[in-house]
Amino acid sequence: MTDQDILTIAGRQFRSRLLVGTGKYRDMAETGEAIRASGAEIVTVAIRRTNIGQNADEENLLDVIPPSEFTILPNTAGCYTADDAVRVCRLARELLDGHNLVKLEVLGDQKTLYPDVPATLEAAEKLVADGFEVMVYTSDDPIAAKRLEEMGCVAVMPLASPIGSGLGIQNRYNLMTIIENAGVPIIVDAGVGTASDAAVAMELGCDGVLMNTAIAAARNPVGMASAMRKGIEAGREAFLAGRMPMRRFAAASSPLEGTFWQGGA
Amino acid sequence: MNSPAPDITIRVNGESFTVPARCTLEELLERMDMGSQRVAVEHNGDVVPRSEYAATRLQDGDRVEIIRAIGGG
Repeated sequence: MTDQDILTIAGRQFRSRLLVGTGKYRDMAETGEAIRASGAEIVTVAIRRTNIGQNADEENLLDVIPPSEFTILPNTAGCYTADDAVRVCRLARELLDGHNLVKLEVLGDQKTLYPDVPATLEAAEKLVADGFEVMVYTSDDPIAAKRLEEMGCVAVMPLASPIGSGLGIQNRYNLMTIIENAGVPIIVDAGVGTASDAAVAMELGCDGVLMNTAIAAARNPVGMASAMRKGIEAGREAFLAGRMPMRRFAAASSPLEGTFWQGGA
Repeated sequence: MNSPAPDITIRVNGESFTVPARCTLEELLERMDMGSQRVAVEHNGDVVPRSEYAATRLQDGDRVEIIRAIGGG
């Protein structure tokens, strides 16, 4: 089943529906090991100033997750204006030799790290016009999600709960509405805390889940990366298989006929 | 008599640096030990393609940003 079940984003095909970040790991070795254990093919990175005069031969993240092996998804984390996000994307494209797939996030507030949706729409418009393929982090507002899709974003990525919170899926009905309305992949981005959260997201019909802290801040990140991989796969298979309907009261699994004893309720 | 051109002062990643006049971006990266590193460069707000480092001459007061990929979600 999973061999044929391909996730397509902007014409690129992926077998894994788990997308992972590279932040908050203890070191490069742990980063590489956890990412490989997750089976992820799309891996996010942040864009920051180099440290001038320090460790010229310091290990580079792109040596640990080489672009030849992974689809690198540079993010605009930390940007609070559309112009800053566009600027970061342009530098990222040069850094990655013209690779134009980006994760857009324009934040509104440091306490919640909720997206500033109007600024996100403004940045998305500029980036699409400049030839970028934009995977966009947004709130779980179905109208905002639809506008971003109409604008030409190649994937819409609503939060499940705040970035780094691990609170899991807080509004599954909004996610369901977003999924039902969508013509591009919907990827839950942010808020997943453990493997069951990832499975629930996939059971709702999400096309994928992007996570960072849930793996990196686990007691054993490599173990959690493997658990997340399985949670995503289990949730996806359950979604495709179609769950049973829920009912309030019991329905016996064993036949009611043929009993040879007296009594009963 | 020809006196050498005076040094210029530029800002790199927000810090002040003094470099020789007519220094190119390529020379700047070499001075900073970044010639072989995977970085991207912005010069006065514009992204500079790698192929243009050698032809890009710095002027007094220029702003340069040298960026890289690091861990993030």
